[in-house]
Amino acid sequence: MTGETQTVSPKAAGAKQYIRPVPANWWLKRKTYFLFMVRELTCLAVGGYAVLLLVMAGCARDEQAFHAFFQWLESPFSIALHLISLPMVVYHSITWFNLTPKAMVVWRGEERVSPVLIAGSNYVAWLIVSFLIAWFFLGAA
Amino acid sequence: MADETITLEVFRYRPDEESEPRYQRYEVPYREDWVVLDALNHIKDQLDGTLTFRWSCRMGVCGSCGMMVNGDPKLTCAAFLRDYYPEPIRVEPLNYFPVICDLVINMEDFLHKLGEVNAWLVPQQEKPVSDGEYLQTPAELAHYKQFSMCINCMLCYAACPVYGHHPEFIGPAAIALAQRYNLDSRDGAAEDRAEAIFSHEGIWQCTFVGDCTRVCPKDVDPAGAIQQAKVTHTTQWWKSVLMPWGNK
Repeated sequence: MTGETQTVSPKAAGAKQYIRPVPANWWLKRKTYFLFMVRELTCLAVGGYAVLLLVMAGCARDEQAFHAFFQWLESPFSIALHLISLPMVVYHSITWFNLTPKAMVVWRGEERVSPVLIAGSNYVAWLIVSFLIAWFFLGAA
Repeated sequence: MADETITLEVFRYRPDEESEPRYQRYEVPYREDWVVLDALNHIKDQLDGTLTFRWSCRMGVCGSCGMMVNGDPKLTCAAFLRDYYPEPIRVEPLNYFPVICDLVINMEDFLHKLGEVNAWLVPQQEKPVSDGEYLQTPAELAHYKQFSMCINCMLCYAACPVYGHHPEFIGPAAIALAQRYNLDSRDGAAEDRAEAIFSHEGIWQCTFVGDCTRVCPKDVDPAGAIQQAKVTHTTQWWKSVLMPWGNK
């Protein structure tokens, strides 16, 4: 029979421990944290575009409403909103595609398919889908 | 050259003598080939024997000497003084863990989490020793090898703000190790690990800050392991919804 090792945890032994609080500005302490917060913030623009598309779809059956919506799109406020939102959505998309190799792992025997190839194929798919959507809508217009 | 020095600002917490931590400055000789751990050992041996810290192998294998060096989680055996000289170096215990004494943190929580995710190999079928080894092809080994390089140094936890805000989060290393065994062709306990790692406190609490991967001294890529586990869980969920008659 072998002897059992007894471990006593510092907490159970009644040792005093110091717990350091996480400061509210933790995300300013490191560049990677800051860029993460920027990425999170850009979700708002992505959500904004989703709402915009829903509103546009909602107006689609009513010619007058659709026309009014397009007029609003041409307003200075709307253009300013797009000037802010577009770079945010582009940043969000780029960071998203750059992270895809982390989640998508493809093996070719013992070799892992290059992360550049995984991200690159996502970019190509993005361009093709964007082109098709633009072609569909611009063609229809 | 020989009398050049560098300043170390070291976090001190001596629970029996003071209720709040403080920083103590030490002047240590500057040597190009010294790492922060060498400087700490110089302090311990020559200047102040009361300074307490963990270390063992001095070669980036044991994972004992992880500390915050100028706010970044590092193995102090791999953090060269020359990369900071002539500025002072601030040395603190790993972030987000309770401090027991000076630079020593309480790692109980991490050890408990390793147990929660069954971070060990459970063979699909136990066989007697006389039947020989559990064989594996090089391709099968490649699938999990990166995650098996983890040395349990906990730098990834000290880099993870999610763990800092939600200590119940199972965390990067424990999930990477769970993934390491789930991907091992010899293992058969993925279902036993599922409850812990596919829970909210598991992979779904991760917001993909990604700093765990940046600080990992062994290039384990815990952030990748977590995202891959998310894909696995999502695929399983869709399969169970679309094909409820299927096994998985």
